[in-house]
This record gives sequence, structure tokens and C-alpha cells, in this order.
Amino acid sequence: MEVVLALGIGVLTAAGVYLVLRPRTFQVIIGMSLLTYAVNLFILSMGSLVIGGAPVLAEGADVSKFADPLPQSLVLTSIVISFSMTALFLVILLAARGLTGTDHVDGEEARP
Amino acid sequence: MDLETTLVPALALLPFLVSGVVLLLPRNARNAAAGLAGATALAGVGIAAWLYRGVTDGKVIEGSWAWLPDIGLRLTWRLDGLSWLFVLLVAGIGALVVLYARYYMAADDPVPRFFSYLLAFMGAMLGLVLSGNLIQLVIFWELTSLLSFLLIGYWHHNENARDGARMALTVTGFGGFLLLIGAIIIGHIVGSFELSTVLASRDALTASPLLTPAILCVLAGAFAKSAQFPLQFWLPHAMAAPTPVSAYLHSATMVKAGIYLMIRLWPVLAGHDGWYYTVSLAGLITFLLGGAVAVFQNDLKGILAYSTISHLGLITLLLGLSTPAAAVAAIFHTLNHATFKASLFMAAGIIDHETGTRDVRRLSGLFKHMPLTGTLAIVAAAAMAGVPLLNGFISKEMFLSETFEFHTGSLLDRLLPLLATLGSAFGVLYSVRFIHQVFFGPEATDLPRKPHEPVSWMRLPVELLVAICLVVGIIPAASVGPMLKSGALAVLGAETPNVQLELWHGFTPAFLLSLVAMALGFGLYIALYHRLANRTSTDRPWAGRVRGRRTFNDVMASLELASAAIVRFFGTVRLQPQLFLVVTAAAAAGAAPFVYQAITKQGSPLTLGPSPLTPVSWSFLVLWLFGVVFAVGAAYLAKFHRVASLIFTSAAGLVVCATFVWLSAPDLAVTQLLVEIVTTVLLLLGLRWLPRRSALSVTDRAVRTRANLRRGRDLALALVAGAGMAVLALAAMTRPNVSGISEFFVTNALSGGGGHNIVNVILVDFRGFDTLGEITVLGIVALTVFALLRRFRPAREVVGSTRQQQRQDAYDEALSGRSVGDTATDYLFVPRIVMHLLFPIVTLFALHLFLRGHDHPGGGFAAGITMAIAFILQYMARGTRWVEERLRVLPLRWIGLGLLLAVATGAGSWFFGRPFLTSAHETVELPVLGSVPLASATLFDLGVFALVIGATILMLIALAHQSIRSARQAPTAEELAGATSDAPAAKPGADAEGVG
Repeated sequence: MEVVLALGIGVLTAAGVYLVLRPRTFQVIIGMSLLTYAVNLFILSMGSLVIGGAPVLAEGADVSKFADPLPQSLVLTSIVISFSMTALFLVILLAARGLTGTDHVDGEEARP
Repeated sequence: MDLETTLVPALALLPFLVSGVVLLLPRNARNAAAGLAGATALAGVGIAAWLYRGVTDGKVIEGSWAWLPDIGLRLTWRLDGLSWLFVLLVAGIGALVVLYARYYMAADDPVPRFFSYLLAFMGAMLGLVLSGNLIQLVIFWELTSLLSFLLIGYWHHNENARDGARMALTVTGFGGFLLLIGAIIIGHIVGSFELSTVLASRDALTASPLLTPAILCVLAGAFAKSAQFPLQFWLPHAMAAPTPVSAYLHSATMVKAGIYLMIRLWPVLAGHDGWYYTVSLAGLITFLLGGAVAVFQNDLKGILAYSTISHLGLITLLLGLSTPAAAVAAIFHTLNHATFKASLFMAAGIIDHETGTRDVRRLSGLFKHMPLTGTLAIVAAAAMAGVPLLNGFISKEMFLSETFEFHTGSLLDRLLPLLATLGSAFGVLYSVRFIHQVFFGPEATDLPRKPHEPVSWMRLPVELLVAICLVVGIIPAASVGPMLKSGALAVLGAETPNVQLELWHGFTPAFLLSLVAMALGFGLYIALYHRLANRTSTDRPWAGRVRGRRTFNDVMASLELASAAIVRFFGTVRLQPQLFLVVTAAAAAGAAPFVYQAITKQGSPLTLGPSPLTPVSWSFLVLWLFGVVFAVGAAYLAKFHRVASLIFTSAAGLVVCATFVWLSAPDLAVTQLLVEIVTTVLLLLGLRWLPRRSALSVTDRAVRTRANLRRGRDLALALVAGAGMAVLALAAMTRPNVSGISEFFVTNALSGGGGHNIVNVILVDFRGFDTLGEITVLGIVALTVFALLRRFRPAREVVGSTRQQQRQDAYDEALSGRSVGDTATDYLFVPRIVMHLLFPIVTLFALHLFLRGHDHPGGGFAAGITMAIAFILQYMARGTRWVEERLRVLPLRWIGLGLLLAVATGAGSWFFGRPFLTSAHETVELPVLGSVPLASATLFDLGVFALVIGATILMLIALAHQSIRSARQAPTAEELAGATSDAPAAKPGADAEGVG
């Protein structure tokens, strides 16, 4: 399981980083989303992998088998913040496109 | 705290208070503004007079308030004989300047602003002299610099005023910075910033090797403020200020701040070599240079400015000599100079006001028209020249006799009497010139205005000041003697010499030197008369070659060039290289510790940990095979197939979501799923406004090769980053959990937070402050999105119907029996009804998520997003117009209410004497529902819920509304080219951000 998850994080990161380095704003926004997935999973992976141990106190729940709740609450915050970031970035992308006439991240087409 | 110690800070703070009030007065409230300012200044004089008996004989009134107790800083207010003299000077001359300014300022000047600045300056100056703590003193010091900037630049439509103000601020502000360093060094040596401690620590300071740097830093500050060589050049340019400001700041008060500081620290710093040479030399050079340059000025205020520089040099020189008698002379001359120079500035202002010019070469024979002003100016100028029976004479004679004293026996010491006489002769020379050229000689015929006496109220301050010059000059011991003595006692203590303040000391060498200086001054004036009276001459012989301003400008320009060069070298406006560097740096920083470990064998290596691997589940493997395909697909398609790429990204998000479920993070899964929905809708709405992108056919092989190289490089970096993350994650997952704070959360969630869902309790209770910050960010982002979209002008080629719409419309038009828009209306007819009906169900689900949040996965955030989705479904099903005709959603209010509720819940705990956001919980018996656990955190979560609804809807609606607006814009492309006819944000400036 750990290996699969680690590889998944790696692929998401690689795809995200590659897109973030691309010149078109839409590529960057998609790249940021993929990178966010990767980072969220990465933060979650900082606790050990726990299956069937949701940190909810219920009758008969075994506290010792709980997943670490701390990374989870960090990731929850991260999801919200990255949602805000995506929204803001999208609007800036649109405004920049209208303003500069290009969707290049520099606001102008690369000089050949 | 008794009345006296309360009154001392009140002296400094009252002007600030009134300054704020005056600022609110209407623009034309001249009398009210001047009245308030004058009353404040007079109150200062009154308080000072009342406090006088507390500062005689070396007594000190001192009180302090806690300020930053953690680092041992207190706000200390300290009034002794010396600061009392300065308080009297600042408040007394302040009152006169206010009266003068009331009549000087023109009717169309915004006078309340002027008096407000002036009062604030008065407060800063009083605060400076009343500070009993070095750091506090530096703060007031900087305040005087800032306010003098505002006052010099008061007529900001005038370029000279702006330049002068900026130069003064740069020089004095820079000096203030060095002073702060000096104060910190002194505080470090002494171990306290309290003035009383510092003044008692001469031995500790003398022993410290850091003394010389401290002296130099403090002196740099004092010299910048008091216009000492080589930092004197800003003062003449500050003459662009209104004349009352020059009279107040640049003769009586602000330039004396440096002098005050030097006198204040004189007991502990004077006598050291660094002090003696720096202070005496700077003072001497300034004294001579200022006097010489003043002679050749043609502007009345220019003469006075350089003469001020010269007199400040004289005082500095006295302080540099480091004998008690010289220090007393310095204090005395500070007071005398303030009185005669302020009155001369005011007289110059009157001349300017009544004749329209300040050019000495144009003015002539004014005595006939303004005999009273003329007489006053003559007396004041005589005081400046050091004529007997006037205050300037006494202090100047003290100065001259002090130059005879033996100090160090150096060459400088021996030449001092000669140089002092020469400097005094310059003083006589420019005083004579000032009076003779302006008031005597043939009557000027070409003045801009017909000269006449000013209104008597405007002359009154001058009359009072000149009267003081006379009284002090004739009966010094009876008038100013006691006050001067208490001032000197405060500085010198037991060393205070028994100074005889007398008009006549007999034929002393000093008196003879005075006579020589007088004769020399007159002689030089006669010799230079023709040159000085020449109206066309513009040359400023030898003395004019000191080009402080040019040097200053050169320094500023080279600073700017250097910054520009640094920005050019290190900065780029291009995002791609920046991001490449950021990612590379991150990768390098991540790899560094392991590389270091590999080399030095210290630290932990990057290997698999000891924990056994969890056996792999095949369905998880398949899930992630899909995940990999989605991620790579999204990356591959993002350039030319945006919708496909977006769908792939969302699919990858779903894989992540499933992983969260798998790995015991149900809260994350719920939130991720909901956020994924909203993000996708948002991006889809945005895609509408991005033009088609088709592959460019680049034929140039070199360009193509470069692009491929760049892609290859980026891909390599991406693979490195991905591999790094994978290895790190694996290494972390195979190690046992570090026992950190998590355990605390698990143990206390129920007992402390009253909830079963630990993650939720962490968010709304233990780490509630984080969540408050987070929802604030969300709210700000929503508002920003809203604001940006209000002025949004889409790219030109996407305005109008999309190709899909055009096809549908063409189809409708072609068929008989269909009208345009039918296809769009009929589109997804059945799902639309389902979506429509879903509204109450989704709402109920949102409520369910909210209520269970504290104990089960869910919570305010998830509930808020769900509720927003309920609204979005309606928009999608029925269209923006249909929904908004029936449903009023007020997202801005939701945001405001949510934030208020969250903050109010947090602040509520204050009423129970607990810190912000402390939570309480209780099980309450409610009718029907039975026993319900209630926590104050639920209220907080309700705030989160409301804010999230508002923010999400605001963003989505703002984007959705663009379609309606664009439909209105669509009709004529020409109208669009002419820009912004119908939009509410249409303003002339909007063209720039318009289509195109």
C-alpha cells in the first residue's frame, strides 16, 4: 500500500510541477490542482497508513488504532485554502487574458 | 501618581489630541483652527509655568508607564530644568507662531491641515524633550522629522516644496536611524534605556570600547537634525516651507533638537576625544561656512537659513569645548538665538507678505513704508550681530571669552579666538546687509505690491519676541537668570559654574574681540557693498561652491540606479524562469540534508523505516493505476484540450478522495468531494472566457528545438521533484509515528471539546483560531474575485455567442416551428427537473452534515459547500435570470454574518474571563429532540457554515453573471471597441482594461 501511495504522490507531483512550469495560464492552474492533491496526500502520509481507523470516538472504537487526526485537520485547511487559491487564480487568469490579449503567464508571448 | 507627574505626559499628548480635532474642522475654519492651536500652545506654557517650581535646583519630575515590559521598556516622562527650558521655548514660540500664521496664511490655503500638522509637531517636539527613555526619545525624534516633512511640503503643488521636504526627510530620517543605533549601543553598554540611568553611567560608558561608535552614531543624528557640516545642506532647501514653519521649525525648535540631544548627553559623552574633535570641528566649520555663505544670499530667508546654520555651529562648537562654562553659554545662546531668529523670520515673512518679494536686491528703502516692522527687524538683527543691550551680545561674549580658555592646547585651540572673531564678523556683515539693503537706500519702485505695515496682530508676535531680546539683554540676571541656572543645574549638577549674567564685564578680551568683529563686519560690508548690491549679479564667490544639494542628488540618483541594477540582475518579470528557480531551490533544499548525511555520515539516512509494509490491496492498486492515467492525461491535454484536461483533473481528484476514504480520513473525503464539485463548476464557468487555442505551426527549427529543450528540462525537473516526493513519503510512512501533540487531541476531544469527531474538534475548538484565519482568507478571496469580475472585460474574440450556441441558433432558425433558443431551453430537460427538485433534499443534507459535524464526519465547511451546491444546481437547471427572479441570495451578507458570528463566538469567552475562542459545551434537554449535546463551538461552526455559503456562491455567481453581461454587450462589436457603454463599472479609465 505504502509503495502504491508513494508512487501516486510522485506521479501527481511530477505532472503538477511539469504543468506549473508551462507557459499557458490554464496549464498552470491545472498544475496547481494536481500539485495540491499530491501535497495533501503527502501531508496525510506523514502519519502512518491506517485502514479502518477513522479518528471518530464511538462505542467500542479502539483509540490506539486511530489514524493521526492532526495531519487530517491540516489537510482540511489546505483543501479550503487551495480552493480559494484556484478561484482567485482563475479570475486573475481571465482578467489577464482580457487585459493583455494573451494567456501566456508573462502577459506577452515569448519573444522568439 | 500625583498631579505633577500626570501633567508632564499631558504636555506632550495634548497637542496630538487637539491636532486630531483640528484636522476634522472644515477647510475654511481659520479662526477655530488657529484658536484651538493657540489655546493648546498657551496651555502648554501655563502648565510649564506651573511646573517650574518642581524643576529648580536640579529637581526632576519623573513618572513612567509600562510600555513593553517583556523587554524592559517603559514610557518615561521626565521634566528637569533643561527640558523645562525647551518646553517653554516650544510652547511659547509655538503660541506666537500660531498667532502669526493665522494672519500669514492665505485664505485659500487649507488652514486646518496646517494647524493640525503644526500641533502634532509641537506634540512631537515636547515629547522629545520630555522623554526619559532613549528609545522613546528616538521615536519622537522621528516623528518630528515626519511632521517637518509634512510642514515643509505643505504647499505640495510647489515643486521646490516637495523637493525640500523630501531632502529634509531623507537627511534627518537617515540621521534618526543612526541615532537609534547609537541609542541601542548606549543602552547595551549601560544596560538600560532610561535616561536617568544613562546619565549616571559615565564611568561605564568611558570604559566601554563601544563608546566611540556610540558617540559617532548619536552625533550623526544630532548633526543631521541641527544642520551641522557636512549635513547642513537640507536646511536652506527647507525654506520652501511657509514662513511660520521656518520661524518655528527651522529657527526655534526642530533644528534645536540636535542641540538638545547633545546638551542632554553632554554630561556622559563630552570630554572624550571622539566628542571633542568631532563636535568642535563640525561646529567650527559650520559656524564659519554658514556665516560666509549667508553673506552672499539674495533671498531674505536664505540669509536667515545660513545664519541659523552658522549660529547652530556656534552652539555646537561650545558644546564640543566640553567645559561647564561653555555648556552654559550653549544653553543660553540656544534660547537667545530662538528669540531673535524667530522674530527675524517673522519679519522676513511680513516683508514678503506685504511687498511680494524676498529678494534683497529688489527690496530697498522700505523703512519709510513700514517703520514699525523696520524698527523691530533692526533690533532683532542687532541682537543677531551681537550688539550690546541685546541678548545676542551677552551669549556671544560668553562664547568669545570661552574661546580664550585653555582646553587641549592643540592648534585648533590656539586659533580659536581668531576664527571665532572672523565668524562673528560674518554675523555682523550679513546682519548689516539684511537691514541696510532692505530698509534703507533709494525707495524701490518695481515691487510686486505696494508695501505697507501689516495688520497689528501679525506684528504682535514679533514685538513680543523683540521685547524679550531687549529685556534679557538689559537685565539678564533678573529675567532669565534663575531659569538658566536650573537648566544648567540639570545638565551639570555640582559642576555648574557660577555664571555672572551681566551686561558689562569691563574691558575684557572678549569685549575687545566683539569690537574687532563689529568693526571687521562693517568694514567688509563697505568693501563688498557694490558687489552685494548689484542686482544682476548671480555669482556666489567661493562660498557658493559648497554644493551639498548636488552631492545629495548624486547620491540619491546613484542609489536608484544601483537598486535598478540589482532588480535587473536578480529579478525578472517572467514567471516561468522564476517558478523554475523556485522548484529547483525547493528540490535542492529537500535533497540537501540527505546529501550532507551521505557525505558526513551524520543524521538519519534516507532509507525505508522499520515499520512493516501494509499488504497491498489490488483494488487500491487499480484505483491508482487510474489515478496515474488521469494525472498524466491532465498534464498532456492541458494545452489544447482544456475541457478534457479539466475532467481528467477532477477524476484524479476523485481518486484522491477515494484514497482519503481508504486511509481513514472520512472528513477529508467529504470535503474533497464537495470542493471538487465546486471547483469543477467554477473552472467550467471560466473556460467559457478562454479563447480557442490551436497548435501554432512553428516552422523555424531553431525555435522548435529551443522549445523542446525547455520542455525536456522542465520534464526532468518534474521527474526529480516527483521522485523526491515519492521517496520522502515512503520513508515517512515506513517509520513509526512520532508521539506529538496528536495524542493530546485524541485524549481531550470529548472531555475538552465535547465532540466525538476529533478532526472537527481540532478545527473548531483546539485550533479554532487557525480556522478563523482560514475562513477570513476565504471571505477575502471571494470579495476579491467579486471585485475583479465587476470590472472584468473578456477577451474580444470570446465576446458573443459561443460556437455551440451559434450552431443551436442556426438549427432553430432553419426549422420552421422552432424559435431561436428552443434547443437551449429543451436541453437536458429531464435532468433539469430532477435538479430543480433536488433543492430541498440537498438543503436537508447540508443541515444534516452541519449538525452531525461535531460527532461524525461533516461539519460547517462541508455543509456550507453543500448548501452552495444546492444553489448552483438551481442556477444550472434554470439559468441565472430565472433563479434570481425568484430567489434573493445575498452572499455578501452571508459572508459578513458568518465572520461576525465566528468572531463574536470567540470574543464571547472574554465575558467569562477566558482567552479568545475558549469553548464550552453542555448537554441540553430540548423538547421533541431530547437531550442534545451543545457546544459553543457549534456556534463557531455556524459562522463557518454561513461564510462558506456566502463566499462560494459569491464567486460562482460573479462568474455566472458574466454571461448575462456579455449577452447585453454582444449586439455590436463596434460598440465594444468603443468600450464600455452599459456596464455599471464603465468609467473613462476603464478603457485601458477593456476589450483588446
